[in-house]
Amino acid sequence: MAKSKDNGAKKERPVREAAYNSGKPVPVVYGPDAPDEGYREKLGAPGEYPYTRGIYPTMYRGSLWTMRQYAGFSTSADTNARFHFLLGNGQTGLSMAYDLPTQLGLDSDDEAAQDDVGRLGVAVDTAQDMADVFEGIPLDKVSVSHTINSTAAIIQAFWLIAAERQGVALDKLRGTFQNDMLKEYIGRGTWIFPPRPSMRLVADIIEYNAKHCPRVNAVSVSATHIAETGATLAQDVAFPILNALAYIRELTSRGLHVDDFVPTMSFHLSVGGGVGPFNLLESIGKLRAARRIWARTMKEKYGAKNPKTMQLKFSTGNCGSRMAAREPLNNIVRQTLYTLAAVMGGTRSVNMACFDEAFEIPSDESIRTALRIQQVIAHESGVADTVDPLAGGYAVEAVTDQVEEEIQAIVDDYESRGGIVPFIESGEIQRLLARQAYEHQRKIADGEQVWVGVNKFTSEEEDRMSAGEGLYEADDSALEKQKERLARVKAARDEGEVAAQLEKLARACESKENLVPYLMESARARLTVGEMTGVMRGAFGAYVEPSVV
Amino acid sequence: MMSTNKRIRVLMAKPGLDGHDRGVKVIIHALRDAGMEVIYSGLRQTVEQIIAVAIQENVDVIGLSILSGSYMGIARRLMARIKEEGLDDCLVIFGGNILERDVAGLKSLGVAEVFNHHADMTEVVSYIRNNAAAGAA
Repeated sequence: MAKSKDNGAKKERPVREAAYNSGKPVPVVYGPDAPDEGYREKLGAPGEYPYTRGIYPTMYRGSLWTMRQYAGFSTSADTNARFHFLLGNGQTGLSMAYDLPTQLGLDSDDEAAQDDVGRLGVAVDTAQDMADVFEGIPLDKVSVSHTINSTAAIIQAFWLIAAERQGVALDKLRGTFQNDMLKEYIGRGTWIFPPRPSMRLVADIIEYNAKHCPRVNAVSVSATHIAETGATLAQDVAFPILNALAYIRELTSRGLHVDDFVPTMSFHLSVGGGVGPFNLLESIGKLRAARRIWARTMKEKYGAKNPKTMQLKFSTGNCGSRMAAREPLNNIVRQTLYTLAAVMGGTRSVNMACFDEAFEIPSDESIRTALRIQQVIAHESGVADTVDPLAGGYAVEAVTDQVEEEIQAIVDDYESRGGIVPFIESGEIQRLLARQAYEHQRKIADGEQVWVGVNKFTSEEEDRMSAGEGLYEADDSALEKQKERLARVKAARDEGEVAAQLEKLARACESKENLVPYLMESARARLTVGEMTGVMRGAFGAYVEPSVV
Repeated sequence: MMSTNKRIRVLMAKPGLDGHDRGVKVIIHALRDAGMEVIYSGLRQTVEQIIAVAIQENVDVIGLSILSGSYMGIARRLMARIKEEGLDDCLVIFGGNILERDVAGLKSLGVAEVFNHHADMTEVVSYIRNNAAAGAA
């Protein structure tokens, strides 16, 4: 590969200086001296169609990826303190975890919520809780990623109102709502309503945000949970793309064009999850292939004209399945490899599992370590100095093409049969992934797939973490504290106003109108997550799981 | 191997709000491959629903998979109902994210065995085969 003079890379913003050990400057990007047709068609310069080499010309020389770790627990005051701690440690964005009752539309005083209030995330019952989570955190300065799906429309309403109270205009807000319902049926399980009304809610948020808060990604089409449920490397891109195409159809059927709303859609791709062996090069190739497939699909099949529609924006992460419970410090090396793959594959944001992920909610120490891994890679590895550093290598280009072909074949197969939704409704996708997860597990049990420290090179080292040492301790007082907070909000409301608002929301659910403005109004009237979900369940019905195993 | 015994009937259940079901589905596959009859409850089952299915299906084993950490409250309520219903010969096992320090507490409530993040699925299969009333020789 010839040395280059940043050919093709438009310098839109000032780039960070970088030098080799010799003192010579590191070019922002390397490429062919004379780009031929093949190069332009398959790769293109970074920031150019088909975006194989990245969606920005200067990538991490312009600005580093966003480093965020998933956090949130107990009550709004505790989560607020954790957020201040993370921002104080140099984290550049927040990733908010909600407790299961909030994710499932149950108020903290609901009998069914009692074991789980504030346990796996923060309890948010009303707009007041959200305002308190962001006390002293200016929402026009910090981007916030929200892991919320079934109740995303309600929770986003709370967040928009928290911003309103801070005096921040909606178009200044930056963040992401996961709002990816189809993958909940495939793998994550926080569904409430059947798929079709859920897709309406997803589409309502996308339509609203595209118009009113375009820098708030209205959906994060997620691969990580699908991977963790038992997908192969190609499936963990193909299935999210199929889900995204289903959402897109929901919006185009409302008369919108992809350029009107796809720029507010983002993806959360998986690195180091799923079934089968992990391979660093193949993972990098996968991220590059995903960008190329998306660009071509949007341009060629959907007639996109806006480059932002064609640019696959994604964050990357993994869940805990490859974080071993035996010799857990080895997980730090695994996280490093996955983070390296994500960065060399051109991610915009990284949140990786923590080394104690197999046991409990990550401790302060393991969260800090996860952040430090990213910081070391950013500042001590040099890989952030060169855009798409492996491009042009025989291996990485061959594997990119290979994975692209595999992903495209799966996408085309389901699309030719009417899209993925019917196969989720019937449970076929769920059963396929369950079978693959079992096969993966059998290979680990047989030693066919090596897991260092678990089924090969094992030790009899004492397991300090299983004993509970150094682990996060759940806050048993969260339930009572949160119930008191909720009771205070409820006591201060005008019951007549609440009843009228519930009635109004019910009528809107029965109509075809966009529900977001109604939910914001309800949030202002201090309606709770449980009350709003109850109205929606009345209109939409409840989901009944098909046979999934 | 199964000729002298009737097939072991297992109810695998996901109680509480936790939606992580990869593990439970892997175990279900393993138990079925081992010749057992397995009923899967689906997600978010209450203790009452689990008890009702266990009685109706006349199962030998109830396996609960919990990854949210909220196993203690569930265990207390479930084991109390099992005693009330006289299901004492039903083998109850727990799996998932369960800390070693809590295992003794679960067993004192009547939980027969706990399979946490260290457990191999083959251990679960052989434990059930050796300890379920229908399977024990």
